[in-house]
Amino acid sequence: MSEAVETPARKEVRETLIVSRRVREFPDDAHTFERATSDGAYEIWKEVLRRADVQWIHDEVKASGLRGRGGANFPTAIKWESLPDNGLPRHLVINGDEGEPSTFKDRLLIEGDPHALIEGVCIEAYRIGSHRAFIYLRGEFALGADRIEQAVHDARAAGYVGSNILGSGFDVEIVVHRGAGAYICGEESALIESLEGKRGMPRIKPPLPIHVGLYSEPTVVNNVETVCTIPHILKMGGAQYANLGVNRSTGTRLAAISGHVNNPGVYELEFGMTLRDIIFGIAGGIRGDKQLKFFLPGGASFQWLIASDEHLDQVYDIDDISAKLGTTLGSGAIMVYDEDTDPLLVAWRLAKFYAHESCGKCTPCREGSGWLEKVLYRMSHGQGRPNDMDALLDISAGISPDVMKAPFTQTTICPLGPSPVSAIASLQKYFRAEVEAACAAGVPA
Amino acid sequence: MTTTEPQSTKTTVSVTIDGNTVEAIPGEMLIKVAQENGVYIPRFCWHERMKPVGMCRMCLVEVDGIRGLPPACTMPVAEGMVCHTETPAVKQAQDDILEFLLVNHPLDCPVCDRGGECPLQDTTLAFGPGESRFVEEKRHFEKPIPISNVVLLDRERCIQCARCTRFADEIAGDPLISFVDRGGHTQVLNHPNHPFASYFSGNVVQICPVGALTAKPYRFRARPWDLATVETSCTQCSVQCRGALQSSSNRLVRLLGIDSNAVNHGWLCDKGRYGFEYVHSDDRIREPLLNGAIASWPQALDAAADALRSARDLHGAESIGFIGGARGTNEDAYAWSRLAKGVLGTDNVDAQLGDGLPAELILGVERASIAECDSAAAIVLLAPDLKEALPVLHLRLRRAALDLRVPLIDFSCAPHGLSSEVTHALAAAPGEQGARAEQLVAAVNGASSDGVIAAAAATMKARAGTIVVVLGRANLAERSDATVQAVAALAQLPNVKFLSALRRGNVHGALEAGLAPGILPGRVTIEYRDAVAAKWSAIPEAPGLDTEAMLRAALEGKIKALVLIGADPIADFPDRALAEAAVRAVPTVIAIDGFHNESTQRAKVVLPATMFGEKSGTITNLEGRIQRVNQKVSPDGLAMDDWRIASELAFRLGHDFDLETVDEVTNELVSVAPALAGGSAQLFRSARDGVRIPVAQHHAEVQLRKGLGLTLDGPDGVSWEPIKVEAEITVESVPENGNTQDAFALLRWDGGSVRVDLPGRDAYALRLIGSVSLYDHGSAVSESPSLVGLRTVPKLLVAAADLQRLGVPNGTEVHVASANGAFNIVVQAIKGLQPGVAQLAAGSGNAANALIDAAAVVNDVRVETIR
Ligand SMILES: Cc1cc2nc3c(=O)[nH]c(=O)nc-3n(C[C@H](O)[C@H](O)[C@H](O)COP(=O)(O)O)c2cc1C
Ligand code: SF4
Ligand code: SF4
Ligand code: SF4
Ligand code: FES
Repeated sequence: MSEAVETPARKEVRETLIVSRRVREFPDDAHTFERATSDGAYEIWKEVLRRADVQWIHDEVKASGLRGRGGANFPTAIKWESLPDNGLPRHLVINGDEGEPSTFKDRLLIEGDPHALIEGVCIEAYRIGSHRAFIYLRGEFALGADRIEQAVHDARAAGYVGSNILGSGFDVEIVVHRGAGAYICGEESALIESLEGKRGMPRIKPPLPIHVGLYSEPTVVNNVETVCTIPHILKMGGAQYANLGVNRSTGTRLAAISGHVNNPGVYELEFGMTLRDIIFGIAGGIRGDKQLKFFLPGGASFQWLIASDEHLDQVYDIDDISAKLGTTLGSGAIMVYDEDTDPLLVAWRLAKFYAHESCGKCTPCREGSGWLEKVLYRMSHGQGRPNDMDALLDISAGISPDVMKAPFTQTTICPLGPSPVSAIASLQKYFRAEVEAACAAGVPA
Repeated sequence: MTTTEPQSTKTTVSVTIDGNTVEAIPGEMLIKVAQENGVYIPRFCWHERMKPVGMCRMCLVEVDGIRGLPPACTMPVAEGMVCHTETPAVKQAQDDILEFLLVNHPLDCPVCDRGGECPLQDTTLAFGPGESRFVEEKRHFEKPIPISNVVLLDRERCIQCARCTRFADEIAGDPLISFVDRGGHTQVLNHPNHPFASYFSGNVVQICPVGALTAKPYRFRARPWDLATVETSCTQCSVQCRGALQSSSNRLVRLLGIDSNAVNHGWLCDKGRYGFEYVHSDDRIREPLLNGAIASWPQALDAAADALRSARDLHGAESIGFIGGARGTNEDAYAWSRLAKGVLGTDNVDAQLGDGLPAELILGVERASIAECDSAAAIVLLAPDLKEALPVLHLRLRRAALDLRVPLIDFSCAPHGLSSEVTHALAAAPGEQGARAEQLVAAVNGASSDGVIAAAAATMKARAGTIVVVLGRANLAERSDATVQAVAALAQLPNVKFLSALRRGNVHGALEAGLAPGILPGRVTIEYRDAVAAKWSAIPEAPGLDTEAMLRAALEGKIKALVLIGADPIADFPDRALAEAAVRAVPTVIAIDGFHNESTQRAKVVLPATMFGEKSGTITNLEGRIQRVNQKVSPDGLAMDDWRIASELAFRLGHDFDLETVDEVTNELVSVAPALAGGSAQLFRSARDGVRIPVAQHHAEVQLRKGLGLTLDGPDGVSWEPIKVEAEITVESVPENGNTQDAFALLRWDGGSVRVDLPGRDAYALRLIGSVSLYDHGSAVSESPSLVGLRTVPKLLVAAADLQRLGVPNGTEVHVASANGAFNIVVQAIKGLQPGVAQLAAGSGNAANALIDAAAVVNDVRVETIR
């Protein structure tokens, strides 16, 4: 969308606890059925069943302006509207794969408030008419898996999940599935392949999962945080939720802040704060009284920002940041680096991750990411060559033809391929001189 | 399309490719539409016969209105699409992709089998960058590792196009290889405990766009530029897949599949692909033999002719029998037919070995084409396991069932290659096919029914189109009667056609050339004598004996001379005891063969025959398609073409066939065979995809065709690209409805009146199914080094419930006995086999034919533990 974005009002520097309220208030036992239910879990689910009004759910979520929290920011209600009416069974799949470096916000909900997730799943399944929902969890989430399994068990025992729920005639079963440690299985079509028991590789789109998804049937895939937000929207009303945030970035989102800050962690932030407020206010500034050098405002896959006023005064707003600075808020992770950090080393480490996690399906990602990694390794380990930076840009252009542009174009099937290119573009934009100096000084191999 | 405007009747869409607007079928992939309109978009992973994966990204193009560079192989065309394949952005992307593919490629082209015919080399030359900037260490894997007994994989050369893995999974249904690991370490592998043991494994070697997959038989044997190639057809089974046969230094080195839409879609089975090896086996018969000693051709021919003459003169023509002829060409078959019937005057001639179906049934039912299966209303399986018998037909039917959603209705009571694709399993026990078919036909005609019969009948009625019955001898351990009864019933169905599943290479050509009792060339009975009368001096008066009857006559001492034309009745006839005694009882056996076998050991005269790749001519496949086989190497030793041997024998018997070239034989066959009227050697040569000659309806039409000839309307020329239009025959003018009085005498099977009376079966007996296996005891397997190791020892297959009932532990050796024979064999429980039935493959040694009594309607066996 290229429509003009209004300058948003500045928000107060504080957290706004909605989806994370329960777990933050009761960090020790919010995951238990007793605590969760005494704190109001499943009340909205009961209300939904009492009203038996699918349209109500839809209208409230649409009014709330909720956009997917998995990284693509797609409006949740619009996704529902795209469901085909072709008589085939529909599936709901919850994306809890959370595998991107520095992204750890869904984990808080999965481990800390599983009943909120289950309540959200039930309501969304009810909205789309699905009787089988799958929660796909990152393989390493052992504690999370235990807690979700337990919570599903307890919810079923209490009659909130299963068949003929609370006498309503509505059935929904929840299947918990653990991944096998591949980041790419967070991409929704690869996740579906994996759920079907196949090797996790993204599918060719179209068709989109909403049309041809799990078992070739219409499938809604949503992020954990997205789903957990739905009951709160119904509780407070969509319009009320939309009052929070700025412009088309309504409500709050969980931000996972990591790196050289004094107070790393997951924070629930209303959209609209400046990045300066987030890094220096919320996260307590740079540790050890160091200077901020650069930061990744949207996780590992998107372009970096530096310690300039222009960047620090940027408002936390999905559309505004991409229109102005060519990066996005991605998966809600913010990685912060101090003055002593070698940007080459960061770029190498990111490239190494993507080279390792490339599913191997498309040539540019499979071969290009490995090539980038090898060159960056040399550059960051004292073996750089004078034209290495240009080589990086050239290789990048084979993966993402307009290297410097965001959102990126791609020669690959999914956006994982161009992800390491964001780091290369950032090096070129902000650290070209530093990189060249490092390479000139390096001892050629 | 949500507009309310009237829908246009246009069924195509307009697509503009590089400025040219063309019409295309909506939904076709852009890469294919471009190719059909002369624009070649480079590709590695896309293969016309498989679903697109969009992996290699070599086919990136620009499409107006679409951001970035979409791949043409996953881009369905739509109305008004404008696409560009040669813009700077596209060229840059092609450069980049090739550079990526080469960074980890070992570039060991000089020692790579693919070098010189490598799509990666060719594409790099045409579309790639001139140099590499890659200075890092390349990825390393252990150099070639075996993934099966035949196929080796070099993972360093692999470009991860998934052609092999998709073939294994989607086409062959043997998903035994797949990608493991990720990123730059992505590699194709089989499971360590499960080799890529597929009957179709050679296809992956052919379609791999680099030299990553190689086949043992060809590795390091030749450089592509030293190869000489002819187009030909495989003769290992009656599908007759199209292939390109290649030789180097007068030795056959490779058979590649050619994509014929009509027949094989480019695929070959491994038996066909590697079976040519036997041509160069050390065990070939290279010289004529007389009483076991090497003789000259004149000596041997004289001896053979003398034996035939004296048998005829002393005991009458009916004391002579001819068995075999299904392995040669149509020309060979015709020459044998003319020698036997037209010179010697015997009608004891049979190209089948008691393991097929009556010739008048095969020739007299309405034939379906292979391609008709693709759009059939339903496919009825009344046939042996096609994966074992006719492998590439199996692939075609698998595709029809899986991808084209054609329902399969199956009579088999044993599991087979298509079992999991079957829609309705009628599970007829041995001997019960006829009764089952009658129930089915009654249900289609409205009789009340229930269960699977009702469901199958409903399916058959629900879909428009032809019902194709795949028709063969499913069980060697029962007489063909129940199958005949079933065909008689099924022939009553509306829109029904039959696709023969007789398996020997050219059995259909041989039957059509007259190598069957009571049959003359061109699908007519011996009553229709006029056509051959001009050429033939003798024509038998009454129908003679088929193979079984000949063997019984031999036992009674009535056969004095037996000519075996590439046939080994002792091993191949279902009743080994009968065949062995019968062959022993014949005073003079004359064998024409490439290899010694149990029957040739009994021969007085052995004449060495040319084999696949050593001779040219025409052959006819199971759908009646006449195709060419072509010579590539000179015959080994002193081997001679069958048709020449037959005419040499005729000459010695006082008849000059006056045939000098194989084309002359073809033309004579065509001139005397009503069903082939209008064909010619010239026509068959120019029809690259072969021809199916439409059945003439009237005598007048036959005459007209003879005068005008048939014309070929389709592509010819040599190319490995898939054929788009099937060759079609047009008849210039057919008399409108002709003269009905003149109704033509081409064989029409009347359905017969066979009814099967099944004997009861006692509780301890199991009813036997005698099956066939692809890697059988024949010389193509035993004399081909790549195939012989793939043969497995047959086991007695029994339902688990029966094993339990009989108290026999699975996997142990048991004693199996029938009225005809007994031996010890390992028993194995298999899923899907009907209780009360036991299955055993035919073959040499302890195999089904050692148990079967050919006279019995069904054969029962007893299974006992060995104490
Ligand atoms: C490489 C890759 C990894 C992804 N990983 C995740 C993930 O771990 N969790 C997630 O919710 N979405 C992930 N996504 C986004 C999903 O494809 C999908 O857009 C999302 O689950 C939709 O849910 P939402 O609409 O609620 O955001 C990933 C996308 C890509 C391309
Ligand atoms: S871009 Fe990478 S991760 Fe995505 S499909 Fe292609 S190879 Fe797989
Ligand atoms: S082995 Fe050959 S066919 Fe298979 S993926 Fe590799 S390059 Fe493709
Ligand atoms: S299916 Fe038959 S004709 Fe085709 S390759 Fe195999 S043996 Fe040859
Ligand atoms: S041919 Fe299109 S991506 Fe490989």
